[in-house]
Amino acid sequence: MDIHALHEVVHTSRDARRTHILPKLSPAERDTLIKKYHPDHREAAYRPVVFGPNKGDLTVRELASVLEGDSPIPTDLPLEPDHTVDVLVVGGGGAGCAAALHAHAEGAKVLLATKLRLADSNSVMAQGGMQIAVAPNDSPVQHFLDTLKGGHMKNDHDLLKTMVEEGPSIAKWLLELGVLFDRDADGNLHVKKGGGSTKERLLTCSDYTGLEIMRVLKDEVLNQKIQLLEFAAAVELLSDEQGACTGAVLQDLDNKRFVVVAAKTVILATGGIGRLHIQGFPTSNHYGATGDGLALAYRMGSPLVQIDTFQYHPSGGVYPEQLVGQLVTEGIRSEGGHLVNAKGDRFVNELDTRDVVSSSIIRECEEGRGVRTATGRVGVWLDTPLLEAEQGEGTLDKHFPAMVRQYERYGVDIRKDPVLIYPTLHYQNGGVKIDSNSETPVKNLFVAGETSGGLHGRNRLMGNSLLDLMVFGKRSGMTAGARVKTASQGKLTLNHLQRFRAEAKKHGVTGQVTSPMVLPAYTRMHTA
Amino acid sequence: MTANNDNTLDQEHAQQPKMVTVEIDGKPHQVPAGITLMKALWYTGQEVTRGAGCLGGFCGACGTYYRTKDDPKVKTCLACSHAVEDGMSFSFAPSFPARKATYDLNVLENPKQDLFELYPETPLCRNCNACTEACPQNIDVREGVWKAVFGDFKTVSETFMDCVMCGMCAPVCIADIAPSLVAVYASRAYGVREMEKPPGLADRIKAIEDGQYQEDWNRVLNMTDAELQQASANIQ
Ligand SMILES: Cc1cc2nc3c(=O)[nH]c(=O)nc-3n(C[C@H](O)[C@H](O)[C@H](O)COP(=O)(O)OP(=O)(O)OC[C@H]3O[C@@H](n4cnc5c(N)ncnc54)[C@H](O)[C@@H]3O)c2cc1C
Ligand code: SF4
Ligand code: SF4
Ligand code: FES
Repeated sequence: MDIHALHEVVHTSRDARRTHILPKLSPAERDTLIKKYHPDHREAAYRPVVFGPNKGDLTVRELASVLEGDSPIPTDLPLEPDHTVDVLVVGGGGAGCAAALHAHAEGAKVLLATKLRLADSNSVMAQGGMQIAVAPNDSPVQHFLDTLKGGHMKNDHDLLKTMVEEGPSIAKWLLELGVLFDRDADGNLHVKKGGGSTKERLLTCSDYTGLEIMRVLKDEVLNQKIQLLEFAAAVELLSDEQGACTGAVLQDLDNKRFVVVAAKTVILATGGIGRLHIQGFPTSNHYGATGDGLALAYRMGSPLVQIDTFQYHPSGGVYPEQLVGQLVTEGIRSEGGHLVNAKGDRFVNELDTRDVVSSSIIRECEEGRGVRTATGRVGVWLDTPLLEAEQGEGTLDKHFPAMVRQYERYGVDIRKDPVLIYPTLHYQNGGVKIDSNSETPVKNLFVAGETSGGLHGRNRLMGNSLLDLMVFGKRSGMTAGARVKTASQGKLTLNHLQRFRAEAKKHGVTGQVTSPMVLPAYTRMHTA
Repeated sequence: MTANNDNTLDQEHAQQPKMVTVEIDGKPHQVPAGITLMKALWYTGQEVTRGAGCLGGFCGACGTYYRTKDDPKVKTCLACSHAVEDGMSFSFAPSFPARKATYDLNVLENPKQDLFELYPETPLCRNCNACTEACPQNIDVREGVWKAVFGDFKTVSETFMDCVMCGMCAPVCIADIAPSLVAVYASRAYGVREMEKPPGLADRIKAIEDGQYQEDWNRVLNMTDAELQQASANIQ
């Protein structure tokens, strides 16, 4: 059937749907739905980690093998430092930039190393916005409770309280750097309602929130003349005799050489894991989202938390084929866009949390109410023209210019026609265990942003990640930057790696996988 | 998966992968129709390190020059977000050493005037429009540069909101202007120096500092898990 013919059901059912309000599910109903359909509950996709700090814990197979994988560097690598700094920040996304700027402001000598170019990251893609409790009818305590509910009550309370309380001062910091958040007529920050939130709390820069923040942060990192190494991937950390972190080994991706960095403190801000394509899912993540920081911290002996739960964003592209896995902004649902199955029916309250919405979409598709493309993909409709009908012509152009452009490139006009979506691997809910200053149990090793874990519980609420990056980027940068004033540079050894290799051997895990992955292997080596 | 055939969407190229011929850096290759230029690179066995970033059309790492069959016009696109066509030729754009000025927006005397010190080439724009034609985001770059020169930084910030910093507009400029860098400066200066700070935000920060939420926190943080669950389910 031609795509326009398939659209018909969405057009014809629109008016009837407009008056139809779907209730949110009760806690028990949510639970049943998630257990039955959410990918986190597919047992066959999981296995226990064989050794290391999380020995015996279940995680997805793709991550387990990255954690157990072997380092690319020889144990006898000469550890003469090529760079000696106070703070090494690894990763040039939002968390890395915020950390570098704050460590620099403390007076520390900072080196920021990143795998691709500065700002090539997940952060630059964030469209939906950033949750901060600024509205008069809102409060940090409400933000705390909403997030807990979204995270299935499994969030770390200290981390969460820290994040919600520091939110407003982060908004102030970003405004002072020139980030242009959308405003109301009275000059106050405009807030939108995000899925799973009880109050309007999303700060936005149209649908370019991440891009706008990253343009500004990148510009400021360059203004502050913070030393920068692009196309330099951290592939191993360094430790002293006591096991504290003392630097890292980077690999220059242009010439493949190892670069040794001595640093009094290291901040890992390497982002997520989407490019591991867990359970074969397509992903919304950037090219470098390969979970490197998890592997590096794990080898140093840092435990991870909640590594059995991932976020599958409800709206990943399904058609056209070029957009498979790419994120279709949640903003459409926030502003009232309906999800519609092949029969023309709504099947979930679109503003429920991501895990609930994703599970419902999977249910519709598995029960035969999905729309299948000729490539064998399946999805449900997101009714974008509804927004034009409800709020007037031009609404999509005004509020979602990036999405209009995203589809226009392939000849799809979202003002006129709905788009086909299916969940896409989006976010790693857990990560490296940190305290409220973003430090791991390994001394002088900090982790900030998506690589860290605990804050979001078992399901991150929309818009909380951008705030997480800024708050814990800041705290890691400030703490690491302040500490170096009194600390001295520890010895550079690979003792932790020797221990790790010995353990691997003991458990019969040797040499199948080199870790970190650094970049996914998409290059087709042989012709079929 | 049970799917009813009526719900199947036709995609001819997917049903029988149709191949097209494209020229990458001057070499012809056969690749499946409809894939992105980025995927065509992988498909033809190229390793991509420089030139790929977000893979979603936001970071500008993948600026590419391309030309379609028999058309003399060389256009630009983002390789991660553009589909191959039969007879197309393309090459990644190399990185370009544009100069970025450094500044402290809080201490500038007069940002509109200071633009001419930081980026003295800006008023030398000769209106050739090459930058606009080079922009894969269809931004009216030339107009934006003039708005910056005239000090209308608000319009600059709106014009360049879609700018992915791919830098494709800089190499073509006969006046050596790097429009996207000028735009970031102007847009930040507008935010820092012209926009009023939101009044409600300062109040909220003060309320937090003054401990206004302390009572609520004490209550909430002393709850058992069951009570918390109840409390978060109850809020409207
Ligand atoms: C499409 C999309 C939309 C989103 N929308 C929103 C939203 O609207 N609101 C919200 O709150 N959240 C959103 N998120 C989530 C949020 O953007 C991410 O969780 C967040 O940006 C992660 O930030 P980060 O700094 O931790 O990592 P990233 O921004 O991913 O940065 C990590 C950096 O580290 C680099 N790196 C990785 N490995 C290494 C290594 N070994 N050595 C050196 N460098 C390395 C990477 O190249 C990258 O530069 C979205 C995510 C995606 C993918
Ligand atoms: S304005 Fe310049 S840098 Fe920005 S998107 Fe257009 S060509 Fe790229
Ligand atoms: S390319 Fe340079 S000279 Fe030509 S219009 Fe653009 S800014 Fe002006
Ligand atoms: S890779 Fe980021 S825009 Fe193409």
